[in-house]
Amino acid sequence: MILARGLRKSFGEFDAVRGIDVDVRRGEAFGFLGPNGAGKSSTMRMIAAVSPVSGGELRILGLDPATDGPAIRARLGVCPQEDTLDNELNVRDNLYIYGRYFGIPKAVVRERTDELLEFAMLTDKAKAKVEELSGGMKRRLTIARSLINKPDLLLLDEPTTGLDPQARHLLWDQLFRLKQAGVTLVITTHYMDEAEQLCDRLVVMDRGVIAAEGSPLDLIRQFSTREVAELRFGVGEHESLAAKVEDLGARVEVLPDRLLVYTDDGEEVLAKVHERGLEPIAALVRRSTLEDVFLRLTGRSLAD
Amino acid sequence: MATDQAPRAAAYPHLTPGGALAVITLRNFTTYRRYWKLFLTGFLEPVFYLFSIGIGVGQLIDTFEFNGQQIPYAEFVAPGMLAASAFNGALLDSTYNVFFKLKYDKLYDQMLATPLTTADVARGEILWGQLRGATYSGAFLLVMLALGMIHSWWALLALPAALLIGFAFSSVCMALTTYMKSFQDFDKITLAQLPLFLFSATFFPITAYDGWLRWVVEATPLYRGVVLCRELTTGSLTAASAVSVVYLVVMGLIGLVVVRRRLDTLLLT
Amino acid sequence: MSATPIASTAPSRLSVRDGIGRQLDYWWTVYKRTWRGGIISSFVSPLFYVVGMGVLLGGFIQVDPARLEGAPSYLAFIVPGLVAAHAMQMAVGETTYPVMGGIKWHKSYHAQMATPLEVRDLVNAHLVFVLARVASACAIFMLVLAPFGVFASWWGPFLAWGAQVLVGMAFATVVFGFSARLRSEEGFGVLFRLGVVPLVLFSGSFFPVSNLGPLLEWVARFTPLWHGVNLSRMLCLDTVDWPLAVLHVVVLGTITAAGWLWAIRGLERRLSS
Repeated sequence: MILARGLRKSFGEFDAVRGIDVDVRRGEAFGFLGPNGAGKSSTMRMIAAVSPVSGGELRILGLDPATDGPAIRARLGVCPQEDTLDNELNVRDNLYIYGRYFGIPKAVVRERTDELLEFAMLTDKAKAKVEELSGGMKRRLTIARSLINKPDLLLLDEPTTGLDPQARHLLWDQLFRLKQAGVTLVITTHYMDEAEQLCDRLVVMDRGVIAAEGSPLDLIRQFSTREVAELRFGVGEHESLAAKVEDLGARVEVLPDRLLVYTDDGEEVLAKVHERGLEPIAALVRRSTLEDVFLRLTGRSLAD
Repeated sequence: MATDQAPRAAAYPHLTPGGALAVITLRNFTTYRRYWKLFLTGFLEPVFYLFSIGIGVGQLIDTFEFNGQQIPYAEFVAPGMLAASAFNGALLDSTYNVFFKLKYDKLYDQMLATPLTTADVARGEILWGQLRGATYSGAFLLVMLALGMIHSWWALLALPAALLIGFAFSSVCMALTTYMKSFQDFDKITLAQLPLFLFSATFFPITAYDGWLRWVVEATPLYRGVVLCRELTTGSLTAASAVSVVYLVVMGLIGLVVVRRRLDTLLLT
Repeated sequence: MSATPIASTAPSRLSVRDGIGRQLDYWWTVYKRTWRGGIISSFVSPLFYVVGMGVLLGGFIQVDPARLEGAPSYLAFIVPGLVAAHAMQMAVGETTYPVMGGIKWHKSYHAQMATPLEVRDLVNAHLVFVLARVASACAIFMLVLAPFGVFASWWGPFLAWGAQVLVGMAFATVVFGFSARLRSEEGFGVLFRLGVVPLVLFSGSFFPVSNLGPLLEWVARFTPLWHGVNLSRMLCLDTVDWPLAVLHVVVLGTITAAGWLWAIRGLERRLSS
């Protein structure tokens, strides 16, 4: 579906994407994971055939975006990072008019609009103005809109950023259904849980390059330990205490508010910490996540 | 439900430029239904000016000579208002409205995520401005007719002339709008709009100017539009009428090329 | 961090002066951000009208002063009216979108209401800002026009300036009340096209209202702008009919006072809903 070789994007002096190779296969959910500014959105805009490639090769659905932009876009669904709904149209017309931009016959768009209103659970809001919708409703409408042309490839840029937990789960459920229906999904996110939930395969991007690639589980196995012990001490004590627990795990990360000890047995680490007379204010043991993978790969946390 | 993925998007026919124009117009028409009050009242503005300046002030003025004819002041001002309102309407549509859609509403970004192209977007905006302009100009000409201010069949061509003025200014102003950074920049538009409106021999004959100043005014686009409309409604065409037409056509086409190029650089980055 | 309160424990209600004073810095910041555009709207554009209509069109108007309400030239006739009409336009401009912005877009009124300020204080401070803008713009404008010999006495223009400011405040208060009640900004477009533009064009700024014919002349005489235009003109041309002048002041003053109450009540309801 997508093939990129040495793909680059520069804005003047600034290189947003610095040579990446990507293969996305039909029917899979593929993720770009990384902090803001990693080059995810630039990559997505190139894939959406609205941003010219600065270097390297890019094929989308076997076509070249430089020459076949409209033909590619006809088969894509795009859900941009910020909702770009048409504020002057009501909810139904947002779907209907957008469908007409694709040249889809009127009767087909009308039918499709009704289906998608149902899908987005907005049927009773069909006549509402966009500004009357909640954040979650707007997001669902944007996603529904991106499905109007039954895309082969759906691009979702930060689909759940800014949504409350309930709205996020609702959206994930809808994305699962699309995946089951055979739609190829490409998702960018800086939420670990989202990537773990949704993606079959993902790449971790940092400063315009790919730092690692694989399934969420592979990446965790490859770059982290099974468990993590999180220890919180008093304000400002973490740096100095790190040395005292360094030998307890495979690796120790010092964060401003806690110490992370990477190990295969977290409970054992906790026990040893107490044996050494250290009294953390709070402690917990959890499984490794992609957050830990990212920390390991880049030395920074994803939320930045 | 979105589960049946059988008929794919590629199965639909490609959007032709004409089809694209029709769809964008459908979008604009759908949104405009919400603004019908603004639409209706917009027509009244030139009519108010005609009654105020043309008739109210006109009682203080006898007649003006134009291309050898003596014409009453109101009949002199009316074609000027026709041209000026085409100009003002085009400016409003292609500056504030386009800027808002470009920077705040991100409307063009949505459109470009579909098979539409920047050329479709530019043509769609200009066509919409033209449709609105045609309605206003047509209605204004009817008012002139009702007031007995039209004495020549040439006046029928004043409608396309008003559209030509609208086209020339829409495309150039839209091109300028793509260079604007914030709403503060629109003060500069006002700074150009008002002198053009007031000094393009809209309300008084060009003989108010002497020497080089007169040449400058004669070379400004709105003056060409005003005189063209005046020549048509009074039925006194000259060779200068053809010059005005060519001037405005060329101006519009240049603007269109620039708009298209600028939208490419702004939106396709 | 210590928790010593930095605000003094204030009385339950701020004085009018204090209520306005505490917002001076806010409005000063607004002014610094917008004065550049203000120069164009408050100064350059009326000057264009004076030159275009008064000087250039006026050059073609040679009539008896009696037909111009006693003005020796069309320029002298049009200037006092244009400045009054301009005061109205500025006041309307400052109390439409900015008021809706405070309620709906940047929501500064909501932020200010979270402090000890009350609705009355917000309205007062906003109106004082409008007053300052209108007063300064009209003053500069009248000063620039002085050398053109359009004023008949030295004292008239000073009183006329007062009349222009009064017109501005009459419209500022009423339109503030209107904006505070308005839900969609579409209403402003209608207000400008059906309110402001016809007032400017038909309330005696550009031509004597007697040119309108007997019926419409009386309609024009009932508009608040005509009271301001006529007062400003009588004072500039030294053709004052004093009883009429008093009537003008009373009408404009009453509108201002009523508008002020209407504005406060409107904003109170809007912010509490």
